Amino acid sequence: MNLKTKLGLGVLAFFALVAVAGEWVAPYDPSAMSDDLLSPPSGAHWFGTTMTGQDVFSQVLVGTRGVMVVGLVCGVLATLLSILVGVTAGFLGGAADEALSMLSNVFLVIPALPLIIIVASMLPSADTVLIAAVISLTAWAWGARVLRAQTMSLRRRDFVEAARASGESVWRIIVFEVLPNLTAVIASGFVGTVIFAVMLQITLSFVGVVSLSTWNWGTILFWAQSNQALGLGAWWWFVPAGLCIALLGTALALINFGIDEYANPRLRKVRA
Amino acid sequence: MTFLLRRGVFYLVTLWAAITVNFLLPRLLPGDPVQAMITKLGGRLNSDAMASLYVLFGLDEDKSIWRQYVDYWGALVRGDLGLSFTFFPTPVADVLSQSLPWTLGLVGVTTVIAFLLGTLLGVYAGWRRGSWLDSLIPVTTFLSSIPYFWLGLIAISLFSVTWPLLPASGGYAPGLVPELSGEFVGSVLEHAVLPGVTIVVSSVAGWILGMRNMMVTVTAEDYVLVAKAKGLPQRRIMFAYAARNAVLPSISGFALSLGFIVGGALLVEMVFSYPGLGYVLFQGIGAKDYPLMQGVFLVITLAVLVANLLADVGYLLLDPRTRREG
Repeated sequence: MNLKTKLGLGVLAFFALVAVAGEWVAPYDPSAMSDDLLSPPSGAHWFGTTMTGQDVFSQVLVGTRGVMVVGLVCGVLATLLSILVGVTAGFLGGAADEALSMLSNVFLVIPALPLIIIVASMLPSADTVLIAAVISLTAWAWGARVLRAQTMSLRRRDFVEAARASGESVWRIIVFEVLPNLTAVIASGFVGTVIFAVMLQITLSFVGVVSLSTWNWGTILFWAQSNQALGLGAWWWFVPAGLCIALLGTALALINFGIDEYANPRLRKVRA
Repeated sequence: MTFLLRRGVFYLVTLWAAITVNFLLPRLLPGDPVQAMITKLGGRLNSDAMASLYVLFGLDEDKSIWRQYVDYWGALVRGDLGLSFTFFPTPVADVLSQSLPWTLGLVGVTTVIAFLLGTLLGVYAGWRRGSWLDSLIPVTTFLSSIPYFWLGLIAISLFSVTWPLLPASGGYAPGLVPELSGEFVGSVLEHAVLPGVTIVVSSVAGWILGMRNMMVTVTAEDYVLVAKAKGLPQRRIMFAYAARNAVLPSISGFALSLGFIVGGALLVEMVFSYPGLGYVLFQGIGAKDYPLMQGVFLVITLAVLVANLLADVGYLLLDPRTRREG
């Protein structure tokens, strides 16, 4: 494991910790208003306060959980879907492959954001779990495509043929012979999906189609934008949440590079 | 030709799927927001407009679902997307045709710039692996992990609020009349700088990385070694041998990631109040204007499909194998 991967894992672990402990550590109730209106960062309010005197630092801490939960739930759901579709298509081939590939390509090509915005705004209550489910439905296609290609290259290998010759059932071959060889691809697909889901959730919150009753980094940005934080010069209102998103995204991307380099040795650094 | 034909059929299927999803959504999801809106507008809707909203959103409960589907297609073919509630009483189709050119201009140009720039940087980074260009990758990764819209906010706060260099919103200076004059075109370009740079900066990293990794893989191939052994000039090996083969996955990736990029670009339009589809969509969300939102979705899907087809033609020109196949 190289330095970049360790760095990525470290940052991810930090955010995971904040997601669990954020609510207890937060110095204020994130929704509580106070008399410190729109004050810049200080000892009492590390990230300053909002228009109504809410503490931005507490909002970021408490909001971490919503972001991480959606990332994790979507990552798991969408990865399962992509394994189901991708591996089945790649292994079976023929008409099943044609149909499933077509399905995942359709999902890839259709622009997901406007579609999810419509669905989310039509739902009577767009809470965190429901949004996670909707995002998962659109997030599986890329992973399925990659898994299909990889499965196709495994399908005719000797060890799979041997398992077939010894009369193993199709499902046993897929689960015990093919899947273990796809671990790196599945892992990198999982990380990629988490990035996608986190970004999408924050975007949806920012646009204002997700329920604003729970905090996440996107809702902070939504309130900052709708209260003209930009024009008021209140940079502390929207900078911390955005930096957290970028940090989390970079950490996940670094982890993914690590997985890529593990799976494709040509990408590793040449040692001088 | 078979290649293009296959792709064409695929895009038709995709378009059909998008339209059908659009048809089903308001009928499957609970609540009747459009009915509520019609009741609110009450007498101000004329009977034609009312009829087309009924067809588009399935308020004709007594009709069979098949009949509704056929009527829905009929309305689409006539270009009837219903009335917009936000821009009442303008038809959705008119709102969209006014904003589409802005989006095509901004998103089209910036996406092509980002692709060309990123691919070129990726070629150099992959060819000279381990050089200073490689240290660029963590930086661009960080930039691409930033949501488009947040980068837009930062750009506005730096270059329009702190240092008022460029306009923060709109597509052209207020007071100008859209026409083909030097003043108007200059104003349009000035307003496009911040949103354009935002889109390029946040989307370029993906192309750099993909191209770099493919270049690294291709550089180890035997035909590159042979070209080197023949003593061909470096530039020629880099572009005509390595890059030409390495770029193929990037181009097929271009087609598939377009939907994603366009989504991000719509967000940039919202932040900059740029008069394109993204901003229209944003206004539609606030007013729960479903005819408008669904219209935006259809038009964007159509544009993405056309762009995909163009990328396929490019692929066809670069990869002779696709031409021989049929």
